[in-house]
Amino acid sequence: MKNDQNTIIRYTPSERANHWVSAITFILLALSGLALFHPAFYPLTQFFGGGVWTRILHPFIGIVMAISFSIMFSSFRQLNVMTPADREWLGHVREIAAGNERNMPESGKFNGGQKVVFRLMVSCMVLLILSGIVIWRSYFAFMFPRAVIRLSSVVHAVSATIMIAVIMFHIYAGIWTKESIDAMLYGRVRRAWAKQHHAAWFRQMTGGK
Amino acid sequence: MASLAPTFGRGAMTNHWVDIKNADVILVMGGNAAEAHPCGFKWVTEAKAHNHATFIVIDPRFTRSAAVADIYAPLRTGTDIAFLGGLINYLLSHDKIQHEYVKAYTNAAFIVKDGYSFDDGLFSGYDGATHKYDKSTWAYEVGPDGFAKVDETLQNPRCVMQLLTQHFSRYTPDVVSNICGTPKDLFLKVCDTIATTSAPDRTMTILYALGWTQHSVGSQMIRTAAMAQLLLGNVGMAGGGVNALRGHSNIQGLTDLGLLSNLLPGYLTLPDEKEPDFKGFIAKRALKPLRPGQMSYWQNYEKFHVSLMKTWFGKAAAKENDWCYDWLPKLDKVYDVLMAFELMHQGKLNGYFCQGFNPLGSIPNKAKLIDGLSKLKYLVVIDPLATETSCFWENHGEYNDVDPSKIQTEVIRLPSTCFAEENGSLTNSGRWLQWHYKGAPPPGDAKPDADIMAGIFLKLKELYQKEGGAFPDPILNLSWDYKIPRSPAPEELAMEYNGKALADLIDPKDKTKTILKKGQQLDGFAQLMDDGSTACGCWIYAGAWTEKGNMMARRDNSDPSGLGNTLNWAFAWPANRRVLYNRASCDLSGKPWDPKRKLIYWDGSKWTGADVPDFKPDIEPGNSMNPFIMQPEGVGRLFGLDKMAEGPFPEHYEPFETPIDTNPLHPKVISNPAARVFKNDMEAFGKSKDYPYAATTYRITEHFHFWTKHTRLAAILQPEQFIEIGEELAKEKGINAGDRVKVWSNRGFIKAMAVVTKRIKPLQVNGKTVHHVGIPIHWGFKGIAKSGFLANTLTPFVGDANTQTPEFKSFLVNIEKDRR
Amino acid sequence: MALQSLDITRRSATTIPSPSQRQTPEVAKLIDISKCIGCKACQVACMEWNDTRDVVGTNHGVLDNPMDLSENSWTVMRYAEVQTDRGLEWLIRKDGCMHCANPGCLKSCPAPGAIVQYSNGIVDFHEENCIGCGYCITGCPFNIPRLSNKDSKVYKCTLCSDRVAVGLEPACVKTCPTGAIVFGTKEDMLHHAEGRIADLKSRGFADAGIYDPKGVGGTHVMYVLQHADRPALYCGLPKDPSIGAMVGLWKGAAKPLASFALAAGALGAFLHYVTKGPNKVSEEIEKEFENEK
Repeated sequence: MKNDQNTIIRYTPSERANHWVSAITFILLALSGLALFHPAFYPLTQFFGGGVWTRILHPFIGIVMAISFSIMFSSFRQLNVMTPADREWLGHVREIAAGNERNMPESGKFNGGQKVVFRLMVSCMVLLILSGIVIWRSYFAFMFPRAVIRLSSVVHAVSATIMIAVIMFHIYAGIWTKESIDAMLYGRVRRAWAKQHHAAWFRQMTGGK
Repeated sequence: MASLAPTFGRGAMTNHWVDIKNADVILVMGGNAAEAHPCGFKWVTEAKAHNHATFIVIDPRFTRSAAVADIYAPLRTGTDIAFLGGLINYLLSHDKIQHEYVKAYTNAAFIVKDGYSFDDGLFSGYDGATHKYDKSTWAYEVGPDGFAKVDETLQNPRCVMQLLTQHFSRYTPDVVSNICGTPKDLFLKVCDTIATTSAPDRTMTILYALGWTQHSVGSQMIRTAAMAQLLLGNVGMAGGGVNALRGHSNIQGLTDLGLLSNLLPGYLTLPDEKEPDFKGFIAKRALKPLRPGQMSYWQNYEKFHVSLMKTWFGKAAAKENDWCYDWLPKLDKVYDVLMAFELMHQGKLNGYFCQGFNPLGSIPNKAKLIDGLSKLKYLVVIDPLATETSCFWENHGEYNDVDPSKIQTEVIRLPSTCFAEENGSLTNSGRWLQWHYKGAPPPGDAKPDADIMAGIFLKLKELYQKEGGAFPDPILNLSWDYKIPRSPAPEELAMEYNGKALADLIDPKDKTKTILKKGQQLDGFAQLMDDGSTACGCWIYAGAWTEKGNMMARRDNSDPSGLGNTLNWAFAWPANRRVLYNRASCDLSGKPWDPKRKLIYWDGSKWTGADVPDFKPDIEPGNSMNPFIMQPEGVGRLFGLDKMAEGPFPEHYEPFETPIDTNPLHPKVISNPAARVFKNDMEAFGKSKDYPYAATTYRITEHFHFWTKHTRLAAILQPEQFIEIGEELAKEKGINAGDRVKVWSNRGFIKAMAVVTKRIKPLQVNGKTVHHVGIPIHWGFKGIAKSGFLANTLTPFVGDANTQTPEFKSFLVNIEKDRR
Repeated sequence: MALQSLDITRRSATTIPSPSQRQTPEVAKLIDISKCIGCKACQVACMEWNDTRDVVGTNHGVLDNPMDLSENSWTVMRYAEVQTDRGLEWLIRKDGCMHCANPGCLKSCPAPGAIVQYSNGIVDFHEENCIGCGYCITGCPFNIPRLSNKDSKVYKCTLCSDRVAVGLEPACVKTCPTGAIVFGTKEDMLHHAEGRIADLKSRGFADAGIYDPKGVGGTHVMYVLQHADRPALYCGLPKDPSIGAMVGLWKGAAKPLASFALAAGALGAFLHYVTKGPNKVSEEIEKEFENEK
């Protein structure tokens, strides 16, 4: 997308790069995690060089994602503060899902739904990191009692499931809401897109023009 | 051994391993069968499982045996005679003896010579200057017919029964508890249980090992137990007896073959220097019956001795030269191992052959041993392992702090094979000779011991031939007709100890019959002759390799009686008998005391049954012949005559290092008055004010002596030296489990890890609290387990007065946390 | 060590039936603690048969050694000195895999075929399939499997499945000098245990009993305990072991539920897209910006 006056900057190159690091590591983690979670997914270990490599790589990829995600978290934290308008937005979430945006309040850079997603992701991520350390057999598991390891195994599985579901939703939202993927790919969005989906942010960025 | 022979006639386990399963009560005392004999211990669990046996353990420590016992009672180390004396007193005062048995099969009715007495700790005839007894009064009253006098009513105040009752009446439960520290109720519970076996249809077996032998009064401890068994009528019975559990797989074979300095094979003895005359030598040993009609089997002594000499010296041994009697060494004293090291220490012994033996680990007072070995000109060690003895000159820091530059001893190590690297037979505790086969070739240059000895012998012979010498005859005339002289085969040696006919043997009953042709293997020792027509290397082993072949290799375990006497499995000496003195399992009329335990019986014409009768097979019941056929009087000895060094009856003497400084029975005679103590060793005894804790050494099941620290698997199981103390002592001394501690006696110190346990409890003895310190022995400065101290750094250099077996089980130490 | 391949009743991380045409009787090892003298011969036999060697360690102030199970020590003796109403008792327990009928390890294992259960009840690790995640350690109610630092595989007692497959008893059973360890069909072993318990009761152990915990469906290694009412006396033998609620959740409900939820979510999104269509910038706004140009 060209850097013309029709577009406005939504994400900086470093934000985008970091996002994709998180995204790719997440996919690797989801695939490898699912492979170790349910026998039906075990063949996914082939993507990682077999079961043993899957077991070895998964936690290290997790570390990469944890770092990348933390950076993302610190840069987007301020932008994800929930406002009364966001709450109102969430009250009308059924309408937007049905394709009716008429009654939606204006959103900032991120709308209420995105902020909920952000919160879910952060919570899951924290749980995944903590429980992941506890069940990382090669380095840490021997430090913890079995009851804690067992609890962590469940926490890891449940939070991973939620995380995957949330991210599936996140991806779908990106597909469903046309052009939003441009923001993460090229950093810019069309002004029309911005006004349509994030009117408050649009005004803030352009002074209303 | 030195007490069983005087009591019963033979110095060996009376019964055998499998027979333990027939017992109703099992007493483990002076041993720790589960720990030291785990495989044989299976028969204890069999007795419990199938015979509902009660299992009693008496030990200073709650041992692995105690872990599976029905009754455990603690006692202070070294006080077993007091405990067992108390048992005898209990049996007599509660009338819990098997009267018929005692009257007929023991010397209870025999009258003791006038002049015998016991007073304030000493028997009659003591000489305080030489620490020896004149034993002439320790004898029977002998009648004009040459036979001992008896009083069948047992009422004569000089009869053994009366003297016995009087002697042990002092051992009341309170006295026992005061000396042993055993709670009185526990002591009485043990007595109660044991007393049930005075019934003819109940038996008790006693299992013991080094926990009895390794005391300054060890032999007498065993004798006290043997006497109790006689009173209970438990000797000769299936599931009865006094059973010495031997440690090494072939240590029974060692004594059987006479590998002690005063013995010849088959418990024949060397002459001493006062016996220059062959006839006198034989007369003293070929004991005439002391009662009418007795077998007194040692009457045949000359046959055994002559056949041995024929084996050794062949044609050179002839009637004319008294069968080479002059070639036998005549002892001026007993050259036991303590004496050998004393002489080394004095510089009077300057060359030492050490075969299958690690004295630096196995003999007390390591400092004295190192001193002795350092004074040698040469030391030859024949062993499969690099033993501590062979490396005594190496500096291993505090574990062996010597200065090699100051030691001039030349050490020659000759690597030998392990048992599985050669054919041969092992004699187990139950007197079974079991043949085994080579399982693997030996490593490197290791050779069988026989090859090594042959090599040395042939070289010596060659030198004598070439250069002559002071006394070449025995060496030059020793018969050595093995197929390969440098390598006598185990089979050849086995056939040799069985013996063979040197001339055709004619049946004495029917002169037309030939029993054996010249050169044939003997069937048994009954065929031995004193005229030089038979050769036999070890008379008790005769029958092990007959014309039928190698009887030791038999492996038929069929057991028709169910009593475990598998007569076609291997060979048991003597004459394949499994339970010694089994005639005593029947009453006078030849009927088994217990129909469930029918070892042998009189079938109307002969003795027969599940065992080989230990009796003349055709002597009918009612005849005066009695079951203990090796004894001139034919009965078991409650009164031990002059066979023991310290008295005909056992008496409690304190260990030479006693934690109570006195003997509550007779404060003037504290320790064994007849023990041999060398001058400097007396000074090396510690006193309880400096060394307040009673120490005892022992083995643990994970290791075998000083060998298995060389094997990885055993080293994994128990890698590092430790000592055991009770929680109370640990608390007093501020010692925690896993701390390193220093334990020292008046002779040296060791350092080890502390195992703090509930299994060692303080005992109340004579108004004093006595703590025990347990010291497993297995570590040293060689091997792949963690280096440790030789436990015998601590132990005192004094032995049993009869066997000179060192007092490893009772001495004094002090202990503290090691502050490095 | 897949000597048995036709009699597998269960494989880890496998949802389809395993080759189980061949049926063998259920076996069990019975450890009679009242007969055990703690000689450690079983530890040696185990290392010898399996050709493993633990390290030559150090003394820790107790007789136990090696101190714990390891990838090389698949069984260890645990010694407990306890004071009971009978006085001091020294309870010595041979610890090792219990071969549960419902094995928590197998349930937890994510690697197909790394843990199998034969029809004779033996739970066996096939290390060539093991990925070293240690989930079996998490899932085991008895804390048995040990991860090797050398190869990151998990090891434990196999109940000598290689010996049992050819009709031999496990090495520890063969070597046990007192017959404290016996082996046979589970039925026979239960019967044998009855006799032992009767004997113990006659010797005053009123609470003698068998340890064959139902929480894991019973085990193929059972104990005769003098104090069956207090298994914790035996160095913390669990009273009612079971595959814990957490492991049950993790390896039970969570798996289908999560898979279903994710699948449902994906399908829902797709259906939403095809029914509601994409969310585009509205024509009004497009026009507004067209006009601006």
